[in-house]
Amino acid sequence: MPVIRDAVCSLCGSLCDDITVTVENNKITKIENACILGHSKFVGMLEHDRIETPMIRKDGELVPVSYEEAIEAAAKILVNSKRTLSYGWCSTSCETVSGAIQLAEETGSVIDSTANVCHGPTALAAQEKGSPSATLGEIKNRADVILFWGCNPVHAHPRHMVRYSSFSKGLFTEKGRRGRKMIVVDVRKTDTAKLSDKYVEIEQGSDLLLVTALRSIVNGREDVIPETVAGVPKAEILELAEILKNAKFVCIFFGMGVTQSRSKYKNGDAMSSLISDLNQHTKAVMIGMRGHYNVTGFGQVATWETGFPMAIDFARGYPYYNPGETGANDLLVREEPDAAIIAAADPGAHFPQKAVRHLARIPVIQIDPYPNPTTEIADVVFPAAVVGIEAEGTAYRMDAISLRMKKLIDSKFKTDEEIVKDLTEKVRKLKRGA
Amino acid sequence: MSEILIKNASVCDPAQGINCETMDICIKDGKIVESVSANAKVINADGRLTMAGGFDGHTHSAGKINVGRSINPNDARKNLVPGLSGQVARTEKTRAQVGYNTPNTYAIGYRYAKLGYTTICEAAIPLIAARHTHEEFKEIPILDKMGLSLFGSNWQVMEYIRDKEPEKLAAYVAWGLKASRGYGVKIVNPGGGEAWGWGKNVSGLYDPVPNFDVTPAEILMSLAEVNERLQLPHSVHVHCNNLGKPGNYATTIETMKLFEKIKPSRDRQALHVTHVQFNAYAGTSWRDFETGAPMVADYVNGADHLTFDLGQVIFGPAVTMTADGPVEYANARMLHEKWSNQDIELEDASGVVPLFYSPKSFVNAVQWAIGLELALLVKDPWKVMFTTDSPNGGSFVNYPEAFTYLMSAKRREEVISGFSKMALDRMVLPGIDRELDFYELAIMTRSAQSKMYSRPEKGNLKPGSDADIAIYDILPGQIDPSTEYAKVKKAFSGAAYTLKNGEIVVKDGEIEATPKGKIYWVNAKVPSAIDSAMQKDIDIKFRKYYTVSKSNYMVEDAYLQKPVEITTEGVF
Repeated sequence: MPVIRDAVCSLCGSLCDDITVTVENNKITKIENACILGHSKFVGMLEHDRIETPMIRKDGELVPVSYEEAIEAAAKILVNSKRTLSYGWCSTSCETVSGAIQLAEETGSVIDSTANVCHGPTALAAQEKGSPSATLGEIKNRADVILFWGCNPVHAHPRHMVRYSSFSKGLFTEKGRRGRKMIVVDVRKTDTAKLSDKYVEIEQGSDLLLVTALRSIVNGREDVIPETVAGVPKAEILELAEILKNAKFVCIFFGMGVTQSRSKYKNGDAMSSLISDLNQHTKAVMIGMRGHYNVTGFGQVATWETGFPMAIDFARGYPYYNPGETGANDLLVREEPDAAIIAAADPGAHFPQKAVRHLARIPVIQIDPYPNPTTEIADVVFPAAVVGIEAEGTAYRMDAISLRMKKLIDSKFKTDEEIVKDLTEKVRKLKRGA
Repeated sequence: MSEILIKNASVCDPAQGINCETMDICIKDGKIVESVSANAKVINADGRLTMAGGFDGHTHSAGKINVGRSINPNDARKNLVPGLSGQVARTEKTRAQVGYNTPNTYAIGYRYAKLGYTTICEAAIPLIAARHTHEEFKEIPILDKMGLSLFGSNWQVMEYIRDKEPEKLAAYVAWGLKASRGYGVKIVNPGGGEAWGWGKNVSGLYDPVPNFDVTPAEILMSLAEVNERLQLPHSVHVHCNNLGKPGNYATTIETMKLFEKIKPSRDRQALHVTHVQFNAYAGTSWRDFETGAPMVADYVNGADHLTFDLGQVIFGPAVTMTADGPVEYANARMLHEKWSNQDIELEDASGVVPLFYSPKSFVNAVQWAIGLELALLVKDPWKVMFTTDSPNGGSFVNYPEAFTYLMSAKRREEVISGFSKMALDRMVLPGIDRELDFYELAIMTRSAQSKMYSRPEKGNLKPGSDADIAIYDILPGQIDPSTEYAKVKKAFSGAAYTLKNGEIVVKDGEIEATPKGKIYWVNAKVPSAIDSAMQKDIDIKFRKYYTVSKSNYMVEDAYLQKPVEITTEGVF
């Protein structure tokens, strides 16, 4: 039976590339090395309901139609729209993203990714202050102090700590976890915090205060620090700063606790400044704990093809970028889009009510392997092959290293890439006809 | 079978010693040929200046430039060189364009083509991130592309040097080129990238790399020997230690001298030193900073084993991006600028920092002068490649502006008249009256590259060569570049015609067609026994230290658009 080694897991931003998959009769029968999340994605292929056929909503109900019919209907929606929102594209391949950007360009749409409700502020912070980072192997081989801030890899990135961070062993970190200090800053004692050497509990939304206090200490101005900051006693902050300053190599991993809490991108901005300041004393880097397996890839592709990482408005024919105005939720809350195409994402479940209400009012095209709450408000639905299992393509790990995902089994479903390509062709045809 | 006849071209082709002679050029199936049939499509050059397509041998156009884009969204709107920068809406022929220093991929292709350039070489590919470089290459239209792979702070490289294993080192370099689909060996601040893994740097050629017990000099020499053992088409391409530091000209000359003993395996240089402007500084601090160009030029004039490129500064905004991680951190701290850093596991470092070159800053003014001094004081143009180290010294879209500095003393005087006395005291440029002619400019922008990179089909108009051709709206003999520099700049800013493999891609400065370019990569053959022994060593690296598996590390064929595999035979 065929055994496929070094498969890339298309679940989270850790993008583990050491998965061994056994395939029998075009079925995955054994998965080795994957975490529980990755495992359930591979297995879920067999156990979960799929969208079985292209569908179009008629008289309020989604009814099966041919692929060509669905392409025709979707293309008509796009051609008749004056303001299309194209959203999602993070749990799919870079090749699909590239096609989606071209489609958005040709239809004058706004295209945005799930970073809009995730690490978007991380991109904004980098625009303010830069992104002092490293590949994950640098952490594995060098880091003696690892700080997880507002993230919980035990549950969100289960193999992260073994492969790249706390427990990993490398050239200068032979002792692994025993040779490392692990610190967690969070608002509650998470399962990750339980594994740490030092847990610092802060008041919700006060990250910026604590980062700023740390910067003051690192820059020799501990005198300006009040007795408590962010609910943390000064003595504890001094201790934390000392640990960071005296490390050989520090990495701060940060998650949505930092990016989506109060002060948003200002947190990342301050964190970047802290890293710069720490480098006056030691070596320090930071890495965002990106969630979807290829949300980093969307940002990369969009940046080289349009100059911007997200929230790109093609209405003028050239890319225009103004997050706060051109983000997916900005548009929906203003009730601006008159159509939407949504792929590999589920705004129906994750967007604010007001945004979802507007989505429900406009024609929505959905591309996804699985039905989800967005399907309930979709008008044209395309079932897709699962990228990384049924389709190959490129994805970017959280540290911007790209890997080629393998196709493990055959599928009757079209790939995202093919659907976008067919749709673009049909749009061109309709436009030429008109 | 497509045929084109370019009639009445004023051909400037230094590779053949042709200096603006009126002649016809025949093209068939993308190549230059001796003759064509009467059915050939005719382009009347009307006596206009005709050269081989330009070849930028050192530009940051794929990979790291994306970090530059992502931290500088403001660059997208910059339109400092109208026609070659800023936001441009899509057309039926072209994708949407943005940017100035860090244009999107499509703009890079279109704008180089408008300048009459048809080949570029990406200056730095980290092996593990090579897939990314090739993904961007795929989206850069028109141009032929190649890239240089980074080896200068690589653990396996340093260990083989320390353990005196030159054959395995050669096998590793061959494998690294194959893994990254690279064209040549790039060495950036040898050893400095590893030191930066601990927030440190190396201070010179004999400062040992922490934990690896090798010196930058040993890294340079060993990689140069391997480069020649593998008979690679390009020499080692070196970014010297101590870049950007006052007094560094001494390190640069010392590095050049080291290579006197390297015997090139092909008819080309033994060493290419890159963006020497950044490495030709005298003085001991930024207070007494002054030009070191005369000393460097003096050495280069007496040496025949090396070539270099300029890294010319263009006044205005630039974005520095380099594998020299410690330099970028120092830049960011000194200038209070935003700082991006990306250390690369087991291999190297990198950083990106935006900055602004102001003619009012005496340091920037002297930097500007140093690039030109190097170009003008070095007598033999075949040793000189024109670059701005785009976008480190400035965006490539300013090449036409920079050409006027090289061709006109009067134009230089205009710029220099705005400098402070302090700046003038620290440079020698005002005393230089040399002005390049079109022939010398052609050498520095295309012909020298053909030889430097062993690409005989590029950078010249000989029969058999690629029909990559630029026709500029200049009538040689009827224009005086030293006074009519505005005309020169205009003509070089938008070619009358650019042909790529015999296809008209630019006409009257506008994009006509956007074919896909080729990707050149080098496959150096190594005896299988040596390769197997080396593979065992890197298997350990992958098992213990890398965070990606070996099979996923190699750039797959799927990423190579129109690949051209250049094979060489290693000598063992």
